Amino acid sequence: MIETNLSLAPHNERDLILEYLAPEKTADAVKLLAKSKGSVHVLAGGSDLLVRMKGGYVEPDVIIDIKRIKAMQDIKKGATGFSIGAAVSCAKMGEHKALRKAWPGVVEAANLIGSDQIQGRCTIAGNLCNASPAADSVPALIAAKAVAVIKGPKGTRRVAIEDIATAPGKTCLKKGEIVESIQLPKRAAKMADAYLRFTPRTEMDIAVVSAAVNLTLGPRGVITHARVALGAVAPTAVLVPEATKILKGGKLDDEKLEALAEICNAACRPIDDKRGTIEFRTHVAGVLATRAARLAYTRAGGKL
Amino acid sequence: MGKDTLLTDRVFKSVGTRPMRPDGIDKVTGRARYGADHNMSGQLHGSILRSPHAHASIKSIDTSKAEKLKGVKAIVTAKDFKTKGITDPGLLDIIDNCMAGKKVFYDGHAVAAVAAVDAKTAKAALKLIKVEYKLLKHVTDVDEAVKPKAPVINNKCFTKGVDPTPGKASNVAKRSEFGHGNVAEGFEAADVVIERNFKTGQSHQGYIEPHACVASIGPDGAGELWVCTQGHFVFRQQCAEILGLDEAKLKVTSSEIGGGFGGKTHLWVEPVALALSQKANRPVKLVMSREDVFRASGPTSATSIDIKMGVTKDGVITAAEAELRYTSGPYAGSWATLGAMTAFACYDLKNVKTVGLEVLVNRPKTTAYRAPSAPMAAFAVESMIDELADRIGMKAIDMRIQNAAKEGTKSSYGPVYGPIGIGPTLDAAKNHPHMSAPLGPNQGRGMACGFWFNFGGQSCTDLNISSDGTATITVGTIDVGGARASLALVVAEELGIPYEQVKAVIADTGSLGYNEMTDGSRGTFASSMSAIQSCRMAIADMRQRAATLWEIDVDEVVWENGQAWAGGESNSNHPPLSIADLAKSAEKTGGPIAGHAQIVADGAGVSFATHICDIEVDPETGQTRVVRYTVIQDAGKAVHPTYVEGQFQGGAAQGIGWALNEEYIYGEDGRLQNPGFLDYRIPVCSDLPMIDTQILEIPNPNHPYGIRGVGETSIVPPLAAIGNAVSNATQVRMTHVPMSPPRILAAIHAQAASDDSSDD
Repeated sequence: MIETNLSLAPHNERDLILEYLAPEKTADAVKLLAKSKGSVHVLAGGSDLLVRMKGGYVEPDVIIDIKRIKAMQDIKKGATGFSIGAAVSCAKMGEHKALRKAWPGVVEAANLIGSDQIQGRCTIAGNLCNASPAADSVPALIAAKAVAVIKGPKGTRRVAIEDIATAPGKTCLKKGEIVESIQLPKRAAKMADAYLRFTPRTEMDIAVVSAAVNLTLGPRGVITHARVALGAVAPTAVLVPEATKILKGGKLDDEKLEALAEICNAACRPIDDKRGTIEFRTHVAGVLATRAARLAYTRAGGKL
Repeated sequence: MGKDTLLTDRVFKSVGTRPMRPDGIDKVTGRARYGADHNMSGQLHGSILRSPHAHASIKSIDTSKAEKLKGVKAIVTAKDFKTKGITDPGLLDIIDNCMAGKKVFYDGHAVAAVAAVDAKTAKAALKLIKVEYKLLKHVTDVDEAVKPKAPVINNKCFTKGVDPTPGKASNVAKRSEFGHGNVAEGFEAADVVIERNFKTGQSHQGYIEPHACVASIGPDGAGELWVCTQGHFVFRQQCAEILGLDEAKLKVTSSEIGGGFGGKTHLWVEPVALALSQKANRPVKLVMSREDVFRASGPTSATSIDIKMGVTKDGVITAAEAELRYTSGPYAGSWATLGAMTAFACYDLKNVKTVGLEVLVNRPKTTAYRAPSAPMAAFAVESMIDELADRIGMKAIDMRIQNAAKEGTKSSYGPVYGPIGIGPTLDAAKNHPHMSAPLGPNQGRGMACGFWFNFGGQSCTDLNISSDGTATITVGTIDVGGARASLALVVAEELGIPYEQVKAVIADTGSLGYNEMTDGSRGTFASSMSAIQSCRMAIADMRQRAATLWEIDVDEVVWENGQAWAGGESNSNHPPLSIADLAKSAEKTGGPIAGHAQIVADGAGVSFATHICDIEVDPETGQTRVVRYTVIQDAGKAVHPTYVEGQFQGGAAQGIGWALNEEYIYGEDGRLQNPGFLDYRIPVCSDLPMIDTQILEIPNPNHPYGIRGVGETSIVPPLAAIGNAVSNATQVRMTHVPMSPPRILAAIHAQAASDDSSDD
């Protein structure tokens, strides 16, 4: 394990010292998280944490870097689907052919975060635990019915992505707990997802509103299963269960799309802020949901 | 080979070519030294405590705990700045803005500063400073601030420019009026009259390098300031007066500059760094964070403009009138005056009246931003021209051509124009292939014209010939946009030597006479004029030296292609003497070869541009995409055409950002919500198309090479050009900049709702 005192100050005031720890096993990370006092932060890519530290919004006493933990470093394809380690960068997800083929929406969401340089560092587990309602990868993971594997002092628990964030910047993780990996279900033919976000700029921006749609088609383009999630329209990213009912059974036609837009508008509980108005977010949530649905539908082999 | 300018009938050899920029390698390899790249031994870290409130009285500041923290070497507050004896109100405002006196006037206003051994200690010390505030009512919106019941920001602010001066204080610092004729009669004669209100958000220059400096003052009262600035001589003058130093004893060295656009013409933190250094008796480095830059260094004004224009069926503008309200931050400036002067400057109008109101608000002090105040006025005027043309069924470009100002026109702000370029830029726009290119679905095309004054002013240059015959041109104007390349070209041209043999250097304030700032697009115009005179002085000297060596009369020595030639048949046995030959023998002919000039560069001449752009709007989201953009502008003579094109493109890019997304957003509490590049959205590369340029060369008769300034005019038309394009794409008139997606979508929905109700 690497331990470093990052303080460069010649003056030994206790409050100026920052402890940096880099365990190599999840169990060690859990122990350190459980025993560390003060402001303790997990460092994956650092694309949120370092920015917040530089801006003075957080002043960690202890930083636990998870990038050296072997169990968190890989994307694994197994019988039940994909397992994405908490320290896997979004760029690495974009380079994984099988993942891209199975979960194009999840991968495109991960590859919209920040810029190429940011994607080389940032992780979807970090994106999830940062608990921003505007996180790009989270609606896509919710629509994908992904699950976070959480290790803690009391063992392992598996939590649905939509249940992780409880409020802006807050998660359901307890003292000592850490996300080890994110599990994506197994895919078959005629399944596809899509993620779209609205940003005023083409890149280097944050979602004003976003939508993810995950569809499974049966014979003749009939939708047999659907999940829809929205981002930046409520304190946390939200699953829209009513959308599943609307989309299931039958092909994706104009009537379904119109109903989908309406139900998405209704699911919005946004705020007016510097990034957008209530009216704008509500309206565009519906627009993006219908566009993402069309995209997912064609990807799954459906014909519009 | 360059073209002749009509002015000098000269065939240029160097001017008009596109050599490699002399500062390029250093900039891309990291060798160039910017504001924060300088260090001095024993240097302390400076840090500033800023107000979290938009408007408050400072009841007390307790620095005692911070002073006791180990590693803290100096703390300054307003009481460390002596204002006694300073009479210039502008300078007093600078001091109050750098360090709040009795009140804080905006979120981010400095209240105290610390110099400590390192950043962490300085940060810890700031937390130990206790400031007690009494909150006051604030106002950040320009139209709210002019209302009679608005909180008055400065109770000694009695509107200037009103006769008699009002007895009651208000937020209107100044009223200025321009125009001629009788607008009431003009509106009577019109067939169509339109009145509208336009608004523009407050935008920041967005230079990538934050303000940074290293200050050092010794106990002998002699000091040094290394600083990122657009005008080190002006900084020296103002800092010396603020700190009570002799001007000659403060040496100011300008660093390489990572963008300025007007924002680095003003002091924001430099006097604070000097005061900390004076108190600590150690050098102090002070670097603003991006958040500080947004909160506390001058953005441009937010505006609200009421405008009325009338036109006949045949397209003659019969009258034009506007009241333009500009925010100025908490201190007076002259931004509204410039808006009122430039608004209608492109047109030949019989009846015109503009009133500019300068309005104090609880926002950071406004400063220059590339053609300051002109883009907002042009947004209102050029949007109206399009709408009027549409109403009378005329093409907007034809209406502009019909009403364009020309040589002899009495401008809307007073003077009569000499030869100007508005007509030629409009003709070029009309004939440009962009104007007739087909548009795709949801796309609209817009165009707009723009005007800017340009400036000359005081300049001083040295030319020194090295012993190998190469030349150094030493100037005192900062190179913000390629001046070193341009000045080296001009000197190469004048001396008749290759560009590669000329080095342009920017002197510190101890090495050259006073130079005004690089502002008003003056850098290349004014310094090249002075450089040419310096060269001519050196050439006269070199001809004299050749005459002495040849023992002939100086009148018989001709200077051509960088060599002295003995004229007349009887002297043909003398081979020519190059600059290198003359430099080699300098010791025998009178010592080092040099030239010098100090001038007031008059006759900068006005500048015009016409822009064309195509915008695609997503009707379901209000998302915009700039599909195509063309800039046509008069450069007088383009010294280094690539740099001229760069200036055209840069102004357009900044204008596009301002038009579509950039804006200061304030909360109910008067605090800035978006002090960072995530939510203050300047365009990224992928947001912009390749911006096409067309350089027109209508020589400036007042410059030996016909040069005009080119840096600023290019930001004047974009707000309106994009406004017109979006309006044409959506069939909804856009009146509020930035035209962000939520605003565009709301306008589309409002129009649809009103169409529905009128259908019923």
